Parts: sequence; structure tokens; C-alpha cells
Amino acid sequence: MDGLTLLGTWIAALLTLCILSFLYKDNPFYKFAEYLFVGVSAGLWIAYNFHNLLVPNLIDPLKGAFVVLLAEGRLDFRWLTIIAGLLGVTMLFRFFPKAAWVSRYGIAFSVGLGAGLAFIVYLQANCIYQIWGTVKLSPIVITEGAGGRHFDWQTSISNTLLIVGVVSALVYFYFSKEHKGVLGGTARLGIWFLMVSFGAAFGYTVMARISLLIGRMDFLIEDWLKLAVIAPIQGALTSLGLL
Amino acid sequence: MELIRWLADIDRRIIFLVIAVAVVLPLIFPLGMRVKVTPQTESIYDEVENLPAGSNVLVSFDYDPAAAPEVHPMALAFLRHCFAKKHKVIIMALWPVGAQLAVSAMAEVGKEYDLEYGRDYVNLGYKPGGDIVIKSLGVSFREVFPKDMAGEPTTGLAIMAKVRNLKDIDLVMDLSAGDPGIPGWVRVANALYQRKVAAGCTAVSAPQFFPYLQTGQLVGLLGGLKGAAEYESVIAHADKASRRMDAQSIAHLVIIVFIIFANVSYFILRRQREEKREGPRTGPAASA
Repeated sequence: MDGLTLLGTWIAALLTLCILSFLYKDNPFYKFAEYLFVGVSAGLWIAYNFHNLLVPNLIDPLKGAFVVLLAEGRLDFRWLTIIAGLLGVTMLFRFFPKAAWVSRYGIAFSVGLGAGLAFIVYLQANCIYQIWGTVKLSPIVITEGAGGRHFDWQTSISNTLLIVGVVSALVYFYFSKEHKGVLGGTARLGIWFLMVSFGAAFGYTVMARISLLIGRMDFLIEDWLKLAVIAPIQGALTSLGLL
Repeated sequence: MELIRWLADIDRRIIFLVIAVAVVLPLIFPLGMRVKVTPQTESIYDEVENLPAGSNVLVSFDYDPAAAPEVHPMALAFLRHCFAKKHKVIIMALWPVGAQLAVSAMAEVGKEYDLEYGRDYVNLGYKPGGDIVIKSLGVSFREVFPKDMAGEPTTGLAIMAKVRNLKDIDLVMDLSAGDPGIPGWVRVANALYQRKVAAGCTAVSAPQFFPYLQTGQLVGLLGGLKGAAEYESVIAHADKASRRMDAQSIAHLVIIVFIIFANVSYFILRRQREEKREGPRTGPAASA
């Protein structure tokens, strides 16, 4: 492990311990690590986007156009670049309350463009395909196998559950009629399906949080303790002839 | 009863400590627990297996270091599988730090195979814009990525010679921790350009993508650390995810035990409170 990696590993380990110290109680070490993380993240995000978004798409083309203008006396740039740049600049007017209305042009363009681009594909991917995926299901599935045709009970149960779940959950969100009688019973069944799905989602969330903890603990044990603490000590003791 | 009261009012720091021990011990002393491979992992494996050698696989690194413990092992396992099958891997990122994580992944995987940059794989870097970027890739890769991550023109790279747009991509693998990510690839690459899309994501977001599996909009889905461990298992290359699954399983077990204790103590104490409020139970015979 070279010196820079060693230093980086130590900083990362100490900051990890600072953050984990919050589990005992709120303290200045945690606050320091938290503020540092927020600041570094914001700084990195701004710098990264400036160099990857503004420089290649706006600043470099404008610089090139300026050089051509000085050398050859002609305008050589795409007007769309200027228009997009100006729309971007309008968003900065949010910082000036009296002129904040100017920012609406940039935001309106951005929202309109996003909505227009997403509308068709969103409808297709998240609505039509999903409806088709449910409609095409058959609650009774017969499969052809080596021994002839047989009833595939696993797929049949799975399909039936899916159809009943989708219909009952949709009925729960139908508010134009009071949930009584058959409608009420179906809506109640819908709640059960929703609860099961929330439970599954919560289970996955717990799994994710534990995975992140495991990631940090693995880093502390493997990268910090073994490579950045024990290995250098062993190296130093060996060089001194004590090991 | 004292034990039940103690459990009901247990200091949360004791729970944290028990969870920490449950996580650390299996990391130090691995148990080698088996991971059951799910059909959604197998289908990604089959898809990569069935592609002819030299197929173009697009891998989008749409995650950051915060999600790396879950998603990065998937990236390593998937890249290993692709390179073992001699596929051409085109790497890109819709998240700012994704491209750097791809560099780190390639540094680890690259040394295991005889790979040449520009011929076997390329890192196109980060491009902001989400869905708009994917939509533009459907028209032209060169327009969106005139240069690779190192700033070299992509026109000079052998791997990009046969890749004009998304139609030349045989499989898209999106490794995602949020937005932009899987929904964008499904909406645009699959729904609009009919490309096969596979995905790996954090466990938190996995449940919302299961409907895409049933409709075939995703060919497969790796969910969280378990998904990564499953993929390591199918390619027979146990690595970080497999090692960490012991800790994951033990921690889940401890959490389940805590949930059972909490519920049992809650119901016992509630019953006790009700009895105190209503007085001693007399039973149906006495009340009659």
C-alpha cells in the first residue's frame, strides 16, 4: 500500500468511525464528518458537472467561436448553443427575488422538454406493457412436457394471485363509490395485498441497510485494520528485526 | 415479567451492539453459507451465455460510492462473465462518479483476462441527461460520446467501429442506485428501441422493478448484495458478495429474533395493562 492510499484509507476509516459514533449519541465528531460529507459532495457535484456539462457543451464551443471570430472575422457557432446557455442563465435569476420570474422561462422549457420526451415512453413502458402483462395472464396454465400435457399448478397459483392482487388493489383506490358489500370486501383484500407488498419492500430496505453496514465493516476490517494498521506495524517490526 | 419489561424498554444502543457483533463475527470467521440462485439471476446468466462471442454489451454504471457495497460486486461479477465469454464491453455512466467506479472495476477485473483497451472494452465516461442521453444513443453513440473518458476520440477505437447506435447493442446491463437508471433504460432502450435490458440495483429499489420482470421488459434483475452473491455463484467465482452474505444472513436472523421479542413483549404487556384496567378476569361462568 503506497503512502497516499495509506493516508486515504486512514482518513476514510476515521470518518467512518466518526459517523458510526452517532449510534451512541450525537457528538462533535459526527457533526464534523456529516458537514464535511455534505460540503465535499456539493463541491464535487458542482465541479464535476461544470467540467462535464458546461465546459464541453457551452464554454468550449463559445471559446472556439471566439477564436474563429478574431482570426477570420466570421461567426461560427450553433445558435442553439447560445439559446440553451441563455435558458440556463435564466435559472440563476432565482437568487434575485425581484427578477425571479425570469427563471420561469428556463424551468418551463426544461419541464416541457422532459414531459414531452417522457410522456410517450412512460405511457408505453409503465402503463401499456404493465396492463398487457396482467391481461395476458391465464389463471389455468397447461404445459406440454415429455409425458404429455399437464396442469402447471405453480404458475397457475402465481398468475391467479397476480390477477386478484392487481384487481383488488385497484379497487381499493376506487373512491367514487362507498366501500361496502362486494366492493368493500375486494378493497379490504386489496389492503392485504398492499400490506404484503409494503412488508416485502421494508424487508428489502432492511437488507440494503445491513449491506451498507457490512460494506463499511468489511472496509474497516480488511482495508484498514489488516492493510493499513497491522501490515505497516508488521513491516516496521520486521525491518527492526523484531519479527 | 421483569425480563419482558426489560426487553420492551431495551436501550437501542444494545440492539446496535448486537447487530454490529452479528455483522463483524461472520466477516472475521466466515461460515460459507450457501446462496440459492433465483430465476431472475439465472436469466441474466443465460442471456450472457447465449450471446455469440464478440457480442456488444453495454454496461451503464449508474451508482455512486454510497451504493457500492451492494452494486459494485455485481459489476465485477458481470464484467468477469462478459470477458470470459469474449464479449465486447462498452462502459458508460449516467451518474457522475459511475465512470470512476468503472475504472476501479476494470482495474480489478482487467488483470484476470487478456484485454486490450479500445478492442475488448471502452470506458466512454459520464454523460449527464438521463433519458435524453439514452434516447440520443438510439441515434448515434458518436454524437453523444465523441470522446472516451480519457479524452481520446471514439472514432479511432476498434470496438466502436461496429457500434453506431443502440440497435448495435446486444444486451444492456444497467447497474443502478436510483434515478437516472433502470426506469430510463426500460422506458427508452427497451420500450422505444426494443433492446434487451438486464439490471442490477440496490435492495431498497429492487421491489419496484419486479413488475418489469414479469412483463419481460427486464431480462433479469440482481437485487442488492444477495443478487451479487447469486451472480458470483452462477459464474463460480466467489468474491466479496459471497463472503459478505454470511454477515447478511446472521444479521437478518438477529433482526428477526428482535422483532419476535418485541412483538411478544408488546402483546404480553398490553394484555397486562388491559387486565389492570378491567380488574381480575372472572370468566364466563362467574359472569353468568
